Amino acid sequence: MSDLSRRKLIKGGLAAAAGVAGVGVAATIAKSYGLIPPDHGGLWGAGETLNYASYKLLTRHSMAREFARREISKRPLENEMAPPNDAFQKLQAGGFADWRLTIDGMVARPGAFSLDQLKGYPSRSQITQLACEEGWSYVAEWTGVPLSHVLEVVGVQPEAKYVVYFSIDPYWWDSIDMGDALHPQTYLAYGMNGGELSVGNGGPLRMRVPRQLGYKSVKFVTHLTVTDDLKKFGKGLGSASPEGGYAWYAGI
Amino acid sequence: MGNSASVPAPPEAFVLSATADVPAASVPSRHSLLVRVTHWVTAVCFVALLISGSEIVISHPRFYWGENGSVLTPVLFKLPIPSSRSLVPTGYGYVLPDQNGWSRYLHFQSAWIAVFTGLLYVIVGLLSGHFVKNLIPGRADRSGRALWKACGSHLRFERPGEEEAWSYNLLQRLSYLFVIFVLFPLVIWTGLAMSPAFTAAVPASVTLLGGRQSARTIHFFVSVALVLFLVVHVGMVWFAGFRCRMRAMITGRADPPTVTDMEGA
Repeated sequence: MSDLSRRKLIKGGLAAAAGVAGVGVAATIAKSYGLIPPDHGGLWGAGETLNYASYKLLTRHSMAREFARREISKRPLENEMAPPNDAFQKLQAGGFADWRLTIDGMVARPGAFSLDQLKGYPSRSQITQLACEEGWSYVAEWTGVPLSHVLEVVGVQPEAKYVVYFSIDPYWWDSIDMGDALHPQTYLAYGMNGGELSVGNGGPLRMRVPRQLGYKSVKFVTHLTVTDDLKKFGKGLGSASPEGGYAWYAGI
Repeated sequence: MGNSASVPAPPEAFVLSATADVPAASVPSRHSLLVRVTHWVTAVCFVALLISGSEIVISHPRFYWGENGSVLTPVLFKLPIPSSRSLVPTGYGYVLPDQNGWSRYLHFQSAWIAVFTGLLYVIVGLLSGHFVKNLIPGRADRSGRALWKACGSHLRFERPGEEEAWSYNLLQRLSYLFVIFVLFPLVIWTGLAMSPAFTAAVPASVTLLGGRQSARTIHFFVSVALVLFLVVHVGMVWFAGFRCRMRAMITGRADPPTVTDMEGA
């Protein structure tokens, strides 16, 4: 081996070692700042982590675009969905009087809230766009109670990191980080375009997360859990979406 | 200029150069290592983006203008293909399987790699003088007559002369510059304009385009333009001599300018 190639080898080895160390340091920093999404493993982990980390670093505090009243879509699409199950139909027959949102996990005062109770909290409205990952979109006015208000009522523990939310449809659940959960535009929505939220649009209660694509706005929400560890839920990937091949973070 | 001039070559090099067809030590690279590596990484990313992008379009092969659009609203145009969603009226009696999950993951992962690669290429290209030297047309070529002449020789399907094995012709330079500085930035911009998180941070990114659905439609047409470029690009490589052009872009080696371009002839 000549001096030249030996020098090259040493240089290359040092560069590789520095690269590995650099990635290691970056991963440690990213983890401590909460930049790693729950579905960071596997083939698509790098892209998903870059998406989520960029959002956390660059756009965490920005507000979803709001529209003028005249820009509200005349025909908001009620997306295809599984027919409501027996439990839903029973509650629907009773006019949703017995619908309860149970909240547990890392909270000081867990409880179950009726729709009337939620409607008794300060109500907010936003005219925002619902965009589906498929490509279509519409603008609607959503009315509800900011999730941050409900979280304040139950008293979230300071170590909590995520809010996991469940639909009455057992196959549909999701989660958002505490930054998104406390964001002023994240609602538990019960109204749309001045009326009640229709069943086709997720009524009587739908999570509304306007800075992410439509599938994060889970319909028929009955249960919230506040947690510091998403590994405890399902396959540990943060929501039902990655279990079906879709990204947990849907801001893009 | 390179290492061969400043560093004394080890003895083996002389043995090798005596038996090789081309005296490797004395001939510079046709394409620099940076150009070769970024070219192929971008090529792989582009194919991945094209496949995954097509899969995503299949879930809603309808296009609109403005802010909104869905199966309930009129279209700007629709593609005559089946869909992976039963809600989309396509005229076909079947629904394709949903592929959007991995397609979206792959689309963004390849987009990240393509963007990092593109940034590396543009920054090093600016610093090294690559754009000035190889892509911006020389003074003599900056005229309507030169452009007219280049168009004429392309339309007559004249085979490139041997000097083109070592330098890009005028139309080639203009189309590469257009792809690098117009189409790629536009496809990235229109892609980001569909992200609800990005548009929250930079609302002008989508309002300047006329709305989310306009951004999606432009994204589609820019992608079509890039595919057309790819087809013509590969066609021209074939026409100019597939083996020698591929060898130049993979190994950096090309026959020296003084030798007749055997493969092209």
